[in-house]
Amino acid sequence: MQYMLMFYQPQSEFDQRDEAAAQAYRAGWMDYVGAIRQAGVVQNGHGLHPPLTGTTLRVRGDKRQVQDGPFADSKEQLGGYFVIDVPDLDAALEWAARAPCASTGGVEVRPVFTAPTM
Amino acid sequence: MTDDPLHAAHAAAEGAARRSYGRLVAILSARTRDIAASEDALADAFARALERWPVDGVPAQPEAWLLQVARHRTLDAWRHSRVQDEAAQTLLLLADEVGDDPAFSETVPDERLRLFFVCAHPAIDAAARAPLMLQTVLGLDAARMAGAFLSAPATLGQRLVRAKARVRAAGIPFEFPRAPDLPQRLQDVLDGIYAAYGTGWDDVDGADASQRGLTAEAIELGRILCGLMPAEAEPLGLLALMLFCESRAAARRSADGVYVPLDAQDIARWNRPLRDQAEQALRQAAALGAFGPYQIEAAIQSAHCARRLGAQVPPDALVALYDGLLALRPNTGARVSRACAVAEARGPAAGLRELDAMPAAEIASYQPFWAARAHLLGRDGQAAEARLAYARAAGLSASPAVRAWLAAASERL
Repeated sequence: MQYMLMFYQPQSEFDQRDEAAAQAYRAGWMDYVGAIRQAGVVQNGHGLHPPLTGTTLRVRGDKRQVQDGPFADSKEQLGGYFVIDVPDLDAALEWAARAPCASTGGVEVRPVFTAPTM
Repeated sequence: MTDDPLHAAHAAAEGAARRSYGRLVAILSARTRDIAASEDALADAFARALERWPVDGVPAQPEAWLLQVARHRTLDAWRHSRVQDEAAQTLLLLADEVGDDPAFSETVPDERLRLFFVCAHPAIDAAARAPLMLQTVLGLDAARMAGAFLSAPATLGQRLVRAKARVRAAGIPFEFPRAPDLPQRLQDVLDGIYAAYGTGWDDVDGADASQRGLTAEAIELGRILCGLMPAEAEPLGLLALMLFCESRAAARRSADGVYVPLDAQDIARWNRPLRDQAEQALRQAAALGAFGPYQIEAAIQSAHCARRLGAQVPPDALVALYDGLLALRPNTGARVSRACAVAEARGPAAGLRELDAMPAAEIASYQPFWAARAHLLGRDGQAAEARLAYARAAGLSASPAVRAWLAAASERL
């Protein structure tokens, strides 16, 4: 089964900070990314630039609305994702629990539609 | 108290639920084999008790009262469903039997042992056994258990529903296993209880009891099982193992939440009464003269504790214990622990050779392997390799405190 792990982080984690805690946090992500890749479960995935770099578009009737920033104004924002291939939801949750943002923000785990093999 | 019958009724109902939930489910399910229907009937009986007891007073035998009401509910349900097959007839007979027996209201027999064996039956999905035991014997609900088992509440709920349906559909007997089957069936029961304990052990960062998984509940299951099977050694071995772990639980984090490995733990923070209970359970088990894997694991814990308390434990004795454990039950965790014991006895290079012999697929996402490898590489002077292994171990850990400790250990190289 393929699952998308969506990493939601509080705004403070997107800010470029240099204090020791922030460096340790970034090192935690590097360790996590290294471990999940070496375990051979990753299909694909990316980290994203901070939410403020986003642009949101809506079409309402004939009008296009373009807005700076992310879609939702919430405390936690999407910071990146992996699509992983694991036997079941429990295994996906195990990888979700290992993400550094699991203890500061949250991780949403969703099954991915996969095309039937022809 | 007398001017607050509502409070008294609630307290009595809560007390009965705590003391006897599993016993009542076991008795109700024994003939019908329908655990889900028994739980529903029991829930109805508790609801009825909360209506009646404040008005009528708490009955002298609350459990017998609940049992009788739940039985009538089950019978009503059967009548309404018009499935008048053999099971329903049995149930009617049983109800008559109970009605005729004046002694029955005095005592509620303990049928929980059958329930343990049903919950850990080989026909039940292994992942469902521990939660099924916790639910039927102790009355925990799926939402409460989901975090500890790291399952989605909906998944865990479905798993429990399927397991109960399977008990009914497959006709899993509510019987004591036959003698030739007993060792394996008992092993399954013990594994289920230990799985429940393990969920709590891993979840140590939630320091307060409500967050700390299910360790207390698992120990309670272990105590109940030992009481029900006093002549069996392995339940005592499992109880001793859990109590040894529990006696050190508080020392695994410092006051400010930093991870503390066994060798650095403040032994003043170990729980002496729990350790004494563990040693006593292990002695009782040994006196029964039937050695088994849980007793070996408890003996290993005992040796680790004794070493920290100042006793001389020959390093080769620990290797021998792990050899015994692996001969009985080969598993990844014991192989990693054995490699560490070998390193203590014969040096880090010898331990690393043991680790490197393990299959790659088995250890790709097994955190303790990478933590052990990092530690032994560091001791062997291979700093660069050790740092890579520390990073891998940190990436596989779900605990911020453990990650911080691994990062610090890597820094020190």
